[in-house]
Amino acid sequence: MAKSQVSMTVNDKKVEGLVEPRMLLIHFLREQLHLTGPHIGCDTSHCGACTVDLDGKSVKSCTMFAVQVNGADIRTIEGMAAADGTLHALQEGFREMHGLQCGFCTPGMIVRAYRLLQENKDPTEDEIRFGISGNLCRCTGYQNIVKAIQYAAAKISGVPFQEAAE
Amino acid sequence: MIPGSFAYHRPSSVKEAVGLLGSLGDDARAIAGGHSLIPMMKLRLASPSHLVDLVGVADLKGIREDGKDILIGAMTTQHEVIASDLLTKKIPILSETATLIADPQVRYVGTIGGNVANGDPGNDMPAVMMCLNATYHAVGKSGERRIAAREFYQGAYFTALEPGEIVTAIRIPTPAAGHGYAYEKLKRKVGDYATAAAAVVLTASGGKVTSCSIGLTNVAETPLWAEEASKILTGSALDAATVKKAVAAAEAITSPASDSRGPAAYRTKMAGVMLTRALGRAKARAGF
Ligand SMILES: Cc1cc2nc3c(=O)[nH]c(=O)nc-3n(C[C@H](O)[C@H](O)[C@H](O)COP(=O)(O)OP(=O)(O)OC[C@H]3O[C@@H](n4cnc5c(N)ncnc54)[C@H](O)[C@@H]3O)c2cc1C
Ligand code: FES
Ligand code: FES
Repeated sequence: MAKSQVSMTVNDKKVEGLVEPRMLLIHFLREQLHLTGPHIGCDTSHCGACTVDLDGKSVKSCTMFAVQVNGADIRTIEGMAAADGTLHALQEGFREMHGLQCGFCTPGMIVRAYRLLQENKDPTEDEIRFGISGNLCRCTGYQNIVKAIQYAAAKISGVPFQEAAE
Repeated sequence: MIPGSFAYHRPSSVKEAVGLLGSLGDDARAIAGGHSLIPMMKLRLASPSHLVDLVGVADLKGIREDGKDILIGAMTTQHEVIASDLLTKKIPILSETATLIADPQVRYVGTIGGNVANGDPGNDMPAVMMCLNATYHAVGKSGERRIAAREFYQGAYFTALEPGEIVTAIRIPTPAAGHGYAYEKLKRKVGDYATAAAAVVLTASGGKVTSCSIGLTNVAETPLWAEEASKILTGSALDAATVKKAVAAAEAITSPASDSRGPAAYRTKMAGVMLTRALGRAKARAGF
């Protein structure tokens, strides 16, 4: 099948590539752009490990063709920290609150939480749990992931983070 | 999992989309959000040789009032349904249902047009559209026609759409202000299709039901409109005995498959339980 030229902005950089129409976005990101932060977990649209931010939406890059997103603006976990290496508040939150164990789900979790906090600066615990319900974690039991997101929300809003009593 | 090869087309108008689907023939498929189609292509349960992407067709977007109806463009995403003030105010059962579909990521891209046109009995919107007596606007090479949701579903993945026809919009008669509604869905986890689900829309006056409509999801080859059950409830005070009779009538039209969601008899019973709960919530909302 003839290949198509695609161009998009990924983590603030213009990128181009030549893809077969059937190339999934996750494969384009990982194999052509060598951005291996977005993971392939289930490959069946369920786990959210492949989540990236695309034109202001959280999407599963395993369920999308690269040709479909020609021209899009994409952010992956690699584009979260500042250029000087300062961690994003979410990354800091995941570190401080032990929001990860094996870390496999983390890139998807953080990128998803990034959009959630863009839409809702001060989410309740229920809103966080509902907001990350498309991301599976096999290790943490979610408790510390929720705390990590609460930590980041507080930090972004400039208020002290108070851990809820257990 | 890598899908089979295909050529990608991105029309910018309905005319161009329908023209492409018509000229490319049976091996061409429309793609909307892709969240039913791409998983099927990855499993090679679908191998279209052409994909006609509707995402660039601006006319398929938008939600607006049109006289006594509300028109929803086929490419409106579930996320946009939930975010719509107009729908939340006038047809709140739609955002209640959309919130129970899949997960946030899927709702950002999955469309209402794809959900109703897909023909999978597991999709949640079709039964709600039957309940609301919606009409689908379909455009093909011979022009536009309108198909009632209640006549659209013919079998699993088998609908009244002709090859090459696309759904451009959904037309819903705006329910009366103050109506009661509920969508009750039993699922095993977030992102699961229904074990059974029930949609109810009703109006009431003086403690009596003045109109009632019921739809059922995933308990037959197609979504179901429970006409008999709706009739039984109309005129009643939704008293326990009448509800029981209506629930029995609704259960009687189900014919679910036994699968990983449970044996057929269980799923039929769950359809009844979901209906009972939906009636209870609709009743409270209608201000009995
Ligand atoms: C993990 C996961 C969980 C899910 N859970 C649920 C759930 O609980 N409930 C539920 O209802 N759905 C669920 N879905 C399906 C999801 O809602 C789909 O987005 C939806 O069924 C199809 O919409 P789409 O826009 O993605 O369509 P696509 O996948 O692009 O298309 C689906 C089919 O419809 C056709 N089509 C699309 N648009 C049109 C049109 N305008 N006119 C004519 N034909 C058209 C396509 O050719 C294709 O055959 C789930 C999906 C995933 C991945
Ligand atoms: S790999 Fe994409 S959802 Fe699991
Ligand atoms: S930390 Fe291991 S899957 Fe989430």
